[in-house]
Amino acid sequence: MTPIIIVSLVLIGLSALLTVIRLLAGPTPFDRLMASDTLTVIATAFLVLFSVISGGTDLYIDVAIVYAVIGFIGVVTIARFLKGGK
Amino acid sequence: MRNWKGTFALLFLLAASWLLIVSSVALVELIAGAVAIVVIVLLTHRSRDLFGGLRLSLKALLFTPIYLMVFLWQLIRSNLDIARRVLTPSLPINPGIVKVQTQLQSPLGKLILANSITLTPGTLTLDIEGSSLYVHWVDVKGTDADAATQSIVAGFERTLMEVVE
Amino acid sequence: MVILGNILIFIGSLFLALGGLGLIRMPDVYNRLQAGTKATTLGAMSVILGSAFLAPEMLTKAVLLIVFIAMANPVSSSTIGRSAYKGGVPLASRSVRDDWAKEEATE
Repeated sequence: MTPIIIVSLVLIGLSALLTVIRLLAGPTPFDRLMASDTLTVIATAFLVLFSVISGGTDLYIDVAIVYAVIGFIGVVTIARFLKGGK
Repeated sequence: MRNWKGTFALLFLLAASWLLIVSSVALVELIAGAVAIVVIVLLTHRSRDLFGGLRLSLKALLFTPIYLMVFLWQLIRSNLDIARRVLTPSLPINPGIVKVQTQLQSPLGKLILANSITLTPGTLTLDIEGSSLYVHWVDVKGTDADAATQSIVAGFERTLMEVVE
Repeated sequence: MVILGNILIFIGSLFLALGGLGLIRMPDVYNRLQAGTKATTLGAMSVILGSAFLAPEMLTKAVLLIVFIAMANPVSSSTIGRSAYKGGVPLASRSVRDDWAKEEATE
């Protein structure tokens, strides 16, 4: 692991932390939903990076693909549900 | 077959995705992929009109990479723009919702345009109604609807027109 | 290749962090969506591409993931924005214009 990767991991952690703050703070359900959507993308990026630094198994990138797809479907479904109606 | 163009596009998209996922051409993988693709194509036969808007011509093929280049450049610009706004202590935003017009006819064209607008500097598509798009704009300039259309939509539309209807 | 991969990963995570900061600083859900979507889309794409440069055997899956993120991310944020507007979340008080409200008032 190069120092650049370590700094990058810290930055990704910081971004996840800020997103979780927004997730907890709200104030509307849409803010929370948006924060969890953002968290999905951050987690996807982290999983891919982790897949590289953990010695090049492509297990984690498969997890990342499935996670991205399920996260997307979940967010769209919840958004449509929150709106009420159709 | 009425929407053969949509079927063809969907088949191509699914086959390409499958080959990228498994990244091998072993017989068993190909058979599994073929079965899955046939099932998906049969299950989604009603919503395949979406891809009907694709233009199949040499010119469209030529403009696709150009469009992707424009898109990538706008994405980078929009990130620098949002980074500048977020990092400035006074938070220089001037937000509002504007209504813009598009000349694209097909649902696919409108979808791609809406996605592109979302990823360009300071704009986020909220809804599409007919030929008008409601766009949230971080930095509203002026009050004229035509000027807004010009500065948000026109840049993409010209290139996109060549690829989809 | 390795150097380029490292640079891409660093730039990507920088944008991810900026996106997180935008989520905290922006005044309403629509502006947060703007910051969140744009920064995390480019950030994630850049991190994934950089990772693929470090481990070329996962390049195909990385390309697929990048294409998926580029297509899905704007859709999900548009959906959230639309639902928020229909669900009655007001624009921030410093907003200057709202064509959509005008439209619905005249209908």
